[in-house]
Amino acid sequence: MTKKAIHYINQFFGQVGGEEAADSKPIFHSELVGCSNMLNQMMPDVEVTHTIVCGDNYVTNHTDVALEEILGWLEKQEFDLFFAGPAFMAGRYGVGCGLVCKAVKERFDVPVITSMNEENPGVEQFKTEAYVFQGGRKATFMKDDMEKMAAFAQKIVKGEDLKPAAEEGYFPRGVRFEIPHPEGTMAADRVIDMLVKKLNGEKFLSELVIPKMDKIPPAPAVKDLSKMKIALVSSSGVVPVENPDRIQSASATKWGKYDISKLDKLPQGVFKTIHAGFDPAAMCAVPDRGIPVDAMRFWEKEGKFGKLHDYFYVTVGTGTTQAYAAKFGREIAADLKEAGVDAVVLTST
Amino acid sequence: MGKEIERAGFPVVVMCNLIDVAKTVGSNRMVQTVSVPYPLGDPDMSPEDDWALRKHRVEVALNSLATEVDEPTVFPTKI
Repeated sequence: MTKKAIHYINQFFGQVGGEEAADSKPIFHSELVGCSNMLNQMMPDVEVTHTIVCGDNYVTNHTDVALEEILGWLEKQEFDLFFAGPAFMAGRYGVGCGLVCKAVKERFDVPVITSMNEENPGVEQFKTEAYVFQGGRKATFMKDDMEKMAAFAQKIVKGEDLKPAAEEGYFPRGVRFEIPHPEGTMAADRVIDMLVKKLNGEKFLSELVIPKMDKIPPAPAVKDLSKMKIALVSSSGVVPVENPDRIQSASATKWGKYDISKLDKLPQGVFKTIHAGFDPAAMCAVPDRGIPVDAMRFWEKEGKFGKLHDYFYVTVGTGTTQAYAAKFGREIAADLKEAGVDAVVLTST
Repeated sequence: MGKEIERAGFPVVVMCNLIDVAKTVGSNRMVQTVSVPYPLGDPDMSPEDDWALRKHRVEVALNSLATEVDEPTVFPTKI
């Protein structure tokens, strides 16, 4: 059965105009516009039903309003997939595609597919939110870039096995799947092969690629500890025993925030760790060994620091990808900012 | 996670067992913990010693937040 898709493009490709039309509001076409026709023809099992056209400035400068309009209209449509772009090296277009894809993914939970050149700032910002295919630098690559998006959409709707990002041609999203080795080679054999190659100075490809790190300079120290509000953040998996937010015991995709305003410690039987990366007995017996609420309370009462923040923040660190960990960090930081927290004690296992 | 919180402007002290991992991922203030299953305590210790250890290491962590650092720094503990 044919699946339905909706395609988002900017004012330029949507034939509204160039830079002077970049403030144009979203227009919803039930007759396909421009490159949407080409995309539609590339997919035997997917019908592109509508084109959304929106100015790059409008979507990037008035994001909330623009997304509200677009999502509001999409609520009334039926679709199984969502496309945006390709955006090539056009920065605002790339960011626009990313913003819309992310919002559509969050609201409707359908596959969202876009394409950008590696230099497009939208890649770094949205590669973990959408399938961002590696695209050409300019519009002469339109056909090539769309073919990649279309071929992948075909695979999705036909339920074919999806390969890792590098093979499919999109930027790694920081998501790991476990698959049996295609040739059935045991892990022990594979790791020895890698070791031999390494010893011989040959190239080899790790199965667990650790993304490159960017360093950030240390934040300045707090001036007067006795006036500071400090929060506890942890990857130890210590949660209320019923684990109300259903945080996963491994490869977590979420974090929780729990009220400790009336607690002087984390009592056994009220809190426990759900972390699957170690024997939980010692931490379940004394949850403060994972998140030291008791010691923080003690130093708070001693006047060493001003106030312990009323909530602690927690996730499970094992198997959790860096992309998710970074996302949790950003989300928690936003919450801490709102709460007027000054500094953080982060316990990890 | 800690790095993104620090990027947002908060001084962060990471208390963990595997200090090298913390360094690799870009932590700037670090205090070593006892082990992975019981970072701040030890089930083989008496409850009093377990508490003294936790209190001490948390104090070191708090002090680190009030200490300027210009590179990744591990703050030493006594217990």
